[in-house]
Amino acid sequence: MIIPNKNIKMMQGNIACAEAALAAGCNFFAGYPITPSSEIAEVLSKKLPIIGGNFIQMEDEIAAMGAVIGASLGGAKSLTATSGPGFSLKQENIGFAIMAETPTVIVNVQRGGPSTGLPTLSAQADVMQSRWGTHGDHSIIVICPSSVEETYYMTIKAFNLSEKYRTPVILLTDEIIGHLTEKIEIPDSSKLEIINRIKPDMNQKEYLPYKITDSLVPPMANFGEGYRYHVTGLAHDETGFPTNDPEKTTEMLMRLYNKIEKHRDDIVEVEEYNTDDMDTLIIAYGSTSRSAKRAIVNATKEGYKVGLLSLKTIWPFAEKEIENMAKKVDRIIVPEMNLGQIAHEVEWATRRAKPIIKINHINGEPITPNEILAYIKQGK
Amino acid sequence: MSFRYEIRLSGSGGQGLILVGKVLAEAAAIYEGLNATQSQSYGPEARGGASRSEVIISDGDIDYPKAENIDVLLALTQEACEKYVTELKDDGVLIVDSQMVKNIPEGKFQVVKIPIIQSASERLGKFIVANIIALGVIVKISEVVSIEAVKHAIKSRVPKGTEEINIKAFNEGITLAATWQNENL
Repeated sequence: MIIPNKNIKMMQGNIACAEAALAAGCNFFAGYPITPSSEIAEVLSKKLPIIGGNFIQMEDEIAAMGAVIGASLGGAKSLTATSGPGFSLKQENIGFAIMAETPTVIVNVQRGGPSTGLPTLSAQADVMQSRWGTHGDHSIIVICPSSVEETYYMTIKAFNLSEKYRTPVILLTDEIIGHLTEKIEIPDSSKLEIINRIKPDMNQKEYLPYKITDSLVPPMANFGEGYRYHVTGLAHDETGFPTNDPEKTTEMLMRLYNKIEKHRDDIVEVEEYNTDDMDTLIIAYGSTSRSAKRAIVNATKEGYKVGLLSLKTIWPFAEKEIENMAKKVDRIIVPEMNLGQIAHEVEWATRRAKPIIKINHINGEPITPNEILAYIKQGK
Repeated sequence: MSFRYEIRLSGSGGQGLILVGKVLAEAAAIYEGLNATQSQSYGPEARGGASRSEVIISDGDIDYPKAENIDVLLALTQEACEKYVTELKDDGVLIVDSQMVKNIPEGKFQVVKIPIIQSASERLGKFIVANIIALGVIVKISEVVSIEAVKHAIKSRVPKGTEEINIKAFNEGITLAATWQNENL
């Protein structure tokens, strides 16, 4: 037996998410608890009141999304957590947060769908919904952790990116990672980089809440600080008031799109494993990355040359990284707990230059390393 | 070469097997300085249905956090035993509740039959501590973590005020397993 280190904990993914939200400065949670995300609400219901924050159990998922937007406009760092059916209900308001440029973090601990589906079992089938669930052309940031430790750091990253780019950020985890308990060393809070939204420094009368600046991200005033402005889901000009002017609406919508897409190098994160000498590339994300890694460890022992590209962010898509990596191999394997949502993106990013082998589960059961290994051995 | 040890705890929802998994993983990771993961899979029911909790213990990185080649399988119901025995290794150990699991699946693995639930009711007066008796049996049979480390983990994970009964239940499990070993090995 050893003397335990107080900073090393055995922590569940969902609890790490809640703890990291607090470390990132989250002081408002509104939600409608749903399996398999409920532990996030449970922890924050206990801890937020202690630090002077607010926890509200709302009447439904739609209202919860509305509440986190309102809290953010008031200056809070806000969070909501949900799963499949709730994520569907939140989509209209997610679009509002994009249009009104309101930073907030939405956690979706994925479970099997459609509809109520498989409430207690895992899935990765909300990949496309996280990208296109809300209507209209837009860009979005979606982050996808594959361990408890990553859940901690990526929750902080989600808050930082949402504040930096004035936009909702989706943390897309899954039941396996959300309910996985593993070792984590809780970092000293002084060592964490925390980004807060840029506040206006001009005269209150000169403030334009949606002004086009070089960074494409205008400063954001909190309601109640004396800066009066209009917030709407309608297309608007720099003042925030609605407009149908074709030039102004194009300018505004392109700014919303480009503030994310032009900063994709700052946002996109991938991790390589064993990619120096490979003829087969596995592209995976979330819990499936873990299965892929074990398959590669076992395949390497048997002499196969397989590497892993693990996607830590899903949107914006890592097309550049995938295109470069694809040149080094003669085939790509994409295991995912859906019917091929990322595999289609990989086909597009590589222009189908290499054969793509899909491994898909939609029954709630994880894709096992042995299954992936069997595909690695095929044709080699 | 690092070792990887896989334990699957199976039974029916509400038997407390997720807690047992968390205690085992905490004993290994916090008190033995090893790596450990605990995962779970259960149905939509609050009680009943086949339920499982899995613990992986290793001195290296744990990539895949679920069981695939099981060293120890605990089965507290017949249904769980039949459903979850498929991934038990040939040189693995199947621990069953001898009252609940009457039909032992065929296999090369070692079988340990112990009246876990009956002992909880008769010797400790509380059937709900059957899970912690099972924990004692697993720790004694597998020796994958020390008894002392598990006692610390029990104290940190069980509800306040129930430490004493749980430690008693744990000791009972160790005794039952030791008796089985004396009689069968």
